[in-house]
Amino acid sequence: MTKAITVSGLHKSFGRTHALDGLDLDVETGEIHGFLGPNGAGKSTTIRVLLGLLHADSGATQVLGRDPWKDAVEVHRRIAYVPGDVTLWRNLSGGEVIDLYGRLRGGLDSKRRADLIERFELDPTKKGRTYSKGNRQKVALVAALASDVDLLILDEPTSGLDPLMEEVFQRCVEEERDRGRTILLSSHILSEVEELCDRVSIIRKGRTVESGSLAELRHLTRTSVTAELAGAPNGLAHLPGVHDLDVQGHRVRLQVDTDKLDAVLRSLSESGVRSLTSTPPTLEELFLRHYQEDREEEEVAAR
Amino acid sequence: MTATAFAVRSGGTRQLAGTGTLLRFALRRDRLTIPIWVGVNALMVLSMPNTLKNLYGTQAQRDDLMHQMATNASLRALIGPVFDDSVGALTAWRVGVYAGALAAVTGLLLVVRHTRDEEESGRQELVASGMVGRRASLTAALLTAAVANAVLALLVAAGLAGYGASGSVAFGLGIAGVGMFFATMAAIVAQLTESARLARGLTAAVLGAAFVLRAAGDSATDNGSSVLTWLSPIGWLENLRPYAGERWWVLLLFVGAAAAQGAVAYELAGRRDIGMSFLPTRPGPATGRLGTAGALAWRLQRGSVLGWSVGFFLAGVVYGGLTDGAADLVGDNDNAREIFERMGGHSGITDAFLASMIGMLGLVAALYVVASVLRLNGEETSGRAEPLLANAVGRLRWAAGHLVIAFGGSVLIMLLAGLGFAVGYGKEAGPILGACLVQVAGVWLIGGVTVLLLGVLPRAAVAAWGVAGAVLLIGWVGPALDVPQAVLDLSPFGHLPKMPGGAMNWPPVLILLGLSAVLVAAGLAGLRRRDLTG
Repeated sequence: MTKAITVSGLHKSFGRTHALDGLDLDVETGEIHGFLGPNGAGKSTTIRVLLGLLHADSGATQVLGRDPWKDAVEVHRRIAYVPGDVTLWRNLSGGEVIDLYGRLRGGLDSKRRADLIERFELDPTKKGRTYSKGNRQKVALVAALASDVDLLILDEPTSGLDPLMEEVFQRCVEEERDRGRTILLSSHILSEVEELCDRVSIIRKGRTVESGSLAELRHLTRTSVTAELAGAPNGLAHLPGVHDLDVQGHRVRLQVDTDKLDAVLRSLSESGVRSLTSTPPTLEELFLRHYQEDREEEEVAAR
Repeated sequence: MTATAFAVRSGGTRQLAGTGTLLRFALRRDRLTIPIWVGVNALMVLSMPNTLKNLYGTQAQRDDLMHQMATNASLRALIGPVFDDSVGALTAWRVGVYAGALAAVTGLLLVVRHTRDEEESGRQELVASGMVGRRASLTAALLTAAVANAVLALLVAAGLAGYGASGSVAFGLGIAGVGMFFATMAAIVAQLTESARLARGLTAAVLGAAFVLRAAGDSATDNGSSVLTWLSPIGWLENLRPYAGERWWVLLLFVGAAAAQGAVAYELAGRRDIGMSFLPTRPGPATGRLGTAGALAWRLQRGSVLGWSVGFFLAGVVYGGLTDGAADLVGDNDNAREIFERMGGHSGITDAFLASMIGMLGLVAALYVVASVLRLNGEETSGRAEPLLANAVGRLRWAAGHLVIAFGGSVLIMLLAGLGFAVGYGKEAGPILGACLVQVAGVWLIGGVTVLLLGVLPRAAVAAWGVAGAVLLIGWVGPALDVPQAVLDLSPFGHLPKMPGGAMNWPPVLILLGLSAVLVAAGLAGLRRRDLTG
């Protein structure tokens, strides 16, 4: 499979702030790629580099096989972008903006435009600032989803959408993937990511800390295990990868790194297992772990 | 002075909660803007006595001036009638209209900035959610304007006190009165429209009407007694008669009008929802025909191009119509003629008058080109440029759309001014049009500087206003004030041939055009290479 986006060793500084510090990102053609990270991690900066709006200090960037800085216009012809905070011209109606953006890209599918306006329940005759935040977001979404492009870059596109519209958005994005389009989705809504994304990249402080399919990422984190044993547990505390061990008589609760699960199960069965519950890590836990490392490091540094 | 009158109105203190904090905040935000506007205005007023002493040094010259002003309707329309020949009275006569207009612009900009601008940007919503009364923001905005005008009144009163204390106080208060009239007028207009830009434009149109009414009234009578003059707040300033037997009661007009307008604004502000207006936005088309960045730029700027076109044409008609009469008067005063000739640079006094008026419009056109080019900056900082440029639109093409309107528009408005002059004056259409077009070289240079700033130092792009303001000041008061030639040479307009009347001198015009091209090219090269801000 060819790659829609390849980024390696991306650096970008604003004055003294190192927004991007050697970031890597690979997005395969035809996938929905989640782009995650805490606030200020550099997601929007990366996206602006991908759009050729910012010039990277160093590192290699290719979008649809081209350099987004040098070939900005050619690349943009095949891209649709939705920013997280859409600002509209006060005296242009939503419909006018949708059509303008469509014409400035590879063109607009008018049937799909009408269909999307209906599904998103958008009134295209309203003007600029009379739209609420969610409705401004819908204007940009309709313009992007109805455009005839190969790559959609969505930067927190659903901020301000209600749960029903969020649902509509997810269906639309899946339809886009089914048409063979590639989607880079920056989002904080974990259920959205879990539902949609084939692969995700997690960045922190301008660097990629994790990348892969959700299954792969899960593998890297802890599974919680609760067991009732026939006898006293034996040697669990010494096993590698075991955390938060809590033994009360014959009841055991623990967390274990998922790749060390096998040894724990073997140890448990030595004592005789009466009941066993094993819960894979939720996405929340996965992210919290990555997000919180930041804070823990800071706390350590503060001491 | 007037705003305190509203503070005790009914509505209670809860309506005004937080006013003090908001006022301090507004003054902090404007810690540069207010001193600049007030300082420039005061400087203009306080530098006038010396100029006038040179111009009308002898009693004979002053008698001559008084006589001419009594008989010459055109010049009265331009500046207003003279009521007395003391230095103070002449200062108030010569500079009153302009000082009042400048105070009006200051007041209207301040009030719109702290009311409708805040609502339009959405910042007001957050502020209003705090412990802030429904009318606190409007009060704070009016108080901010009141502070600026009070400081201006104080500076003028203190600076001119040497020529008579009561006259200087009357003049200072009168200028501040015009300022507050338009500050409170802007407060009303800001309630009516959802767009700060439109609010500023509409209030400025009222100011223009006040200007025209006074001019029409003064051309009809030689003592300011025309009804038309009394209809204009700028006419009130003249009828206050500083240094010529002050009519203190005229100040009551300012106080009354400001209080009444303030009350209307308060009433409206209390009745409407935040961010909404009494002239609601109408729905637009469900589908659009805009298809290029250039078409979008035109759509965004066409309203202001239309406004400037109408304004320049009318200004041309008015000044063209005054030309014959004005030239008669100036022709009799050697010093005044010298000034006009220094501005217009030619011995034929009619041509010199035309040249100086066309030169003035050229200076004002520099403001148009700055405003128009800076639309790019506005698009960028508001975040609208980002998604636009994420489409298949090159930065140069995006910029070109606005620059064509900025640079082409300045040609258009100067041409329309020329047409207006030709209509008003009735002769010499060809040379007048040529003279107007020559100004474009100066206008474009200022436009070029703006593009350079935008491309290379985007965060300092608004400094282009400072450049245009400095050029305006040099061109406006420079010739009257014996400013060193080196300073006058800083303005591109100083290098243009004095037309009509003078010989066309191509080299400076071509050099300016060449420089403009270089500046624009450098600015665009910078724009292409730099990061997008915002």
